[in-house]
Amino acid sequence: MTTVFHFFFVPFSIGLAFVVAVMETMYAIKGDQDYKRMAQFWGKMFLYSFAVGVVTGIIQEFQFGMNWSEYSRFMGDIFGAPLAIEALAAFFIESTFIGMWMFTWDRFNKWVHTLFIWLVMFGSSLSALWILAANSFMQNPLGYIINKQTGHVQMVSFSKVLSNPQLWNEFPHVIFGAFVTAAFVIAGCSAWRLLKRDHVTFYRKSLNVALIIGLIFSLGSIASGDLQTRYLINNHPMTFAAMEGLYKDSTNKGEWTAVGGFDTKNHKSTWSVDVPYVLNLLSYHKTTGTVKGMNKVNKELHAKYDKKFGNDINYYVPTKTLFWSFRIMAGAGALFALLAVVGLIMNRKKSQAIMKQRWFLYILGLCLWLPFVVNTAGWFVTEFGRYPWVVYGLLTIADAVSPNVSVASLLTSNIVYFLMFAGMGLVMVVLCHRTLKAGPDAANIDGYAAGDKEIDPYSKGAFNHD
Amino acid sequence: MTNFQLIWFILIGVLFSGFFFLEGFDFGVGMLIKSFARNDAEEDVVIRTIGPHWDGNEVWLITAGGAMFASFPMWYATLFSGYYLVLFLILASLIFRGVSFEFRANMETAKWRNFWGWAGTIGSLCAAFLFGMLFTSMIAGMPIDKNGDMTAHFLDYVNLFSVVGGVAVTVLCLVHGLNFMRLKTSGELRERALSWNKILYPVLFAGEVVFAILLFFSTDFFDKKPLSTTAIVVALVIFTVLAYWGVLGNHEWLSFIGSGLSLISVVVLIFNGLFPRVMIANNSAYSLLIKNSSSSPYTLKLMTILAFSILPIVLVYFIWSYWVFYKRLASPKQNA
Repeated sequence: MTTVFHFFFVPFSIGLAFVVAVMETMYAIKGDQDYKRMAQFWGKMFLYSFAVGVVTGIIQEFQFGMNWSEYSRFMGDIFGAPLAIEALAAFFIESTFIGMWMFTWDRFNKWVHTLFIWLVMFGSSLSALWILAANSFMQNPLGYIINKQTGHVQMVSFSKVLSNPQLWNEFPHVIFGAFVTAAFVIAGCSAWRLLKRDHVTFYRKSLNVALIIGLIFSLGSIASGDLQTRYLINNHPMTFAAMEGLYKDSTNKGEWTAVGGFDTKNHKSTWSVDVPYVLNLLSYHKTTGTVKGMNKVNKELHAKYDKKFGNDINYYVPTKTLFWSFRIMAGAGALFALLAVVGLIMNRKKSQAIMKQRWFLYILGLCLWLPFVVNTAGWFVTEFGRYPWVVYGLLTIADAVSPNVSVASLLTSNIVYFLMFAGMGLVMVVLCHRTLKAGPDAANIDGYAAGDKEIDPYSKGAFNHD
Repeated sequence: MTNFQLIWFILIGVLFSGFFFLEGFDFGVGMLIKSFARNDAEEDVVIRTIGPHWDGNEVWLITAGGAMFASFPMWYATLFSGYYLVLFLILASLIFRGVSFEFRANMETAKWRNFWGWAGTIGSLCAAFLFGMLFTSMIAGMPIDKNGDMTAHFLDYVNLFSVVGGVAVTVLCLVHGLNFMRLKTSGELRERALSWNKILYPVLFAGEVVFAILLFFSTDFFDKKPLSTTAIVVALVIFTVLAYWGVLGNHEWLSFIGSGLSLISVVVLIFNGLFPRVMIANNSAYSLLIKNSSSSPYTLKLMTILAFSILPIVLVYFIWSYWVFYKRLASPKQNA
C-alpha cells in the first residue's frame, strides 16, 4: 500500500528533476532569462514532490524488515545489496546536491549550478535502477542458489542479478514513464494558465519543452513497454494471459479482446468484444501464432510447483485488475503521444492555434491527472501479476510476512500512513496550485525563504566572518 | 567469524556513528525551532542552519539500515520487525519533520507556519528520544525466540533504563544542536545558545551518571567486558567535560566536536557491548550472533569492494557541501 504512494510521488520527482534540468541547461546555453524562470518555477514543484517522495522512501526501506521479516531473512543476501548500494551511491548524491541546488542560485557559475540538478536527476535515476534490480529479481530470479542449510536465497553472481533481462525491460519503461509524468503535469498546468491568458509567452514556452519531452518519452515508453510485454509471454504466461483476459488458449486467428467481462470464480470470460489478428500482432509482431490461456498455464504451474508448495495454492492472478490496468496503461501511452504531436503542431511559434482551440487546452489540463493513474496501473500489473509469489517461483506471499507482527498493528499503521500521505499529497497539491496562481514572477528558489524576505542571510552583505 | 563479517559489523557501527554525529545536531536544531527561536524570523534562521544538510544527514541512517539488510539480514529482520511500534513512531516523526521545513516555508498564514514549525520541533524531539529508547532497550536484552522473532511487550522497551537512555540521547542531541548553532550563527542567537548550554550541561551530566549506573544493573556489559566498557563510559564523560569546558571557555569548535564525540561514544559503547552478538536475547541461547546472522561470503565480499570504492567519493562531496555553507547566518534584527 505504501509502495503505491511511493510510486505516486517518486516518478513525478524523477521526471520533474529531468525536465527542470533540461530547462536549466537551456538557460545555461541560451542565457535566456525565461528558461531560468522556468527552471525555478517548475523547480519549486519539484521541491515539494521531492520532500514527500523522500519521506515515503524512508518507509519503504524500513518496511521490509518491519512487515516482511521472513522475506528479509529469505532474500537478504540478494535484496539487501542493491538497497545498500542504492543508499550509498544514489541517495547521497541526490540529497547532497539537492541541498546545493536549492540554496545556491546565483552563487555558482550557471553551468556548475546546472550540473547540480543533473546530479540530483542522475542520483534519483540511479536509485530507481537499484531498486528495480531488486524488484526484477523478485519477478525473475537469476544468479542465485538456495542454501541447503538455511533454505535461504544466496547470491552467486552479482553480474547475473544486474544483467537480468527483466531489469533492462523494466528500468527504461519506468524512467521514461517518469519523464512522461512530469512532462504532462507541466503541460497540463501550463494549459490551465493559458486558458486564463496568463503569462502567455512563458507558459507557451513551458508547454513546448514539456510536449517535446512528452512526445519523445511516451514513444520510448510504448516501445519499452512492448519489449516488456513480449518478454512476459514466455516468462510469466499467467500474467500475460490475464492482461489480455485469456482463460482459454487463443486460436491461430489471434482474436484480441478489446473489452470484456470476466467470471473470476469459474475462470471464464462472460462477454467480450474481439478483434482478430491484433493479439498476434501485439504478441509476436506477426499475424500467426497462439497464446496460452490462464486455464492451461494454471495446470502447468500446478504440475511444476505442487511438489514443493502443495496443491492448494491458487495460481490465478487477479484477472480484472490486470486486464483493466493494462488497458489504462497502454491506452494512455498512445493518448499521450497523440496529444503531444497535436499540441506541438498547434503551439508552433508563428501560429496562434493553441490559444484559439480552447477545447484542446481543456483536454491537456485534464490529462494532468492521468499519468498518476497510469503509473499506479502499471505498478498493479507488475505486482499483482506476480501473485501468488513474492519472489517468482520461490517464495509465496503468505510465507514472507513477519510472524510476530499482529494484524491489528499492520492495519493501524497502514491507516495512519494512508492518512499522513493523503494529507501530505493534499498539501502538495495546494502548494503547487498556489505556486501556479502566484505565477512565474514570484517564484525564486532560495532555500526555505518565504519569498518576501527583507534580509537574505546568504546575500553578500549579511555574512559575518568573525 | 570471518574478517568480512567483522568488517561489516564495524562498518554498521561507523554508519550509525556518522548518523548520530550528523543527524544528532540537526535533531537538536529541529527541537530548537519552537523552543529557542523567539519569533518567526528567528525560526527561519534556525531552520536554515540545517537547511541544506538535514536530508544528507538522514541518508546516513538509510545507508546504515541498507547496509544492515545487505550484510546481516537476520539482524535486520529481527530488529525491525521486533521494534515494529517504535520504528513506526520514529518513521512518523521523521516524516513530519522531513516535510515540515519545506511546507512551513510555503505556508501563507501564521497559523499553518506555526503548525509545521511545531511538526518539525516535535518530530525531531520524538525521533531523538525514540532512537535512544530503542537502542537502550536493545542492549538490555529482549524476548527473542528460536526462530529469531522478537515478541516484546510494552514494558520490555518502555522501562526506567530505556527512558533514561532516551532522555540522555535527546539532551545530547540538544546540546549538540546548540553547539552547531553557535558555529553557524552570529549575534543574538549565538549568545542565547551559549546561555542555554550553560544550563543544559549540568543536566546532561546527571543523565549520564544515572545512565551509567543503570547500565551496570540492566546489561551484562560490565560483567562480560569490564575493562572496555568502563573505558568507553569514562571517555563519554571526558568528552562531555571537554565540551562543557569549551562552552565555558567559549571554544566553539571544541564544544561541537566534544558533543559529537560523546554521541559517537554512545554508539561505540553499544557496539562494543554487543560484540560478538548483534541482538541480545533474554535467553542467551537465542541471541543472534555475528557469525550466524550475516549474508553469504560472496555478498559480503562484493559489498566490501563496492563500499570501499564508493564511500571515499561520497565523503569528498559530502564534506565539500558543508564547506560551501560554512558561513555564519546573521540573527534577524530586533525591530519588533
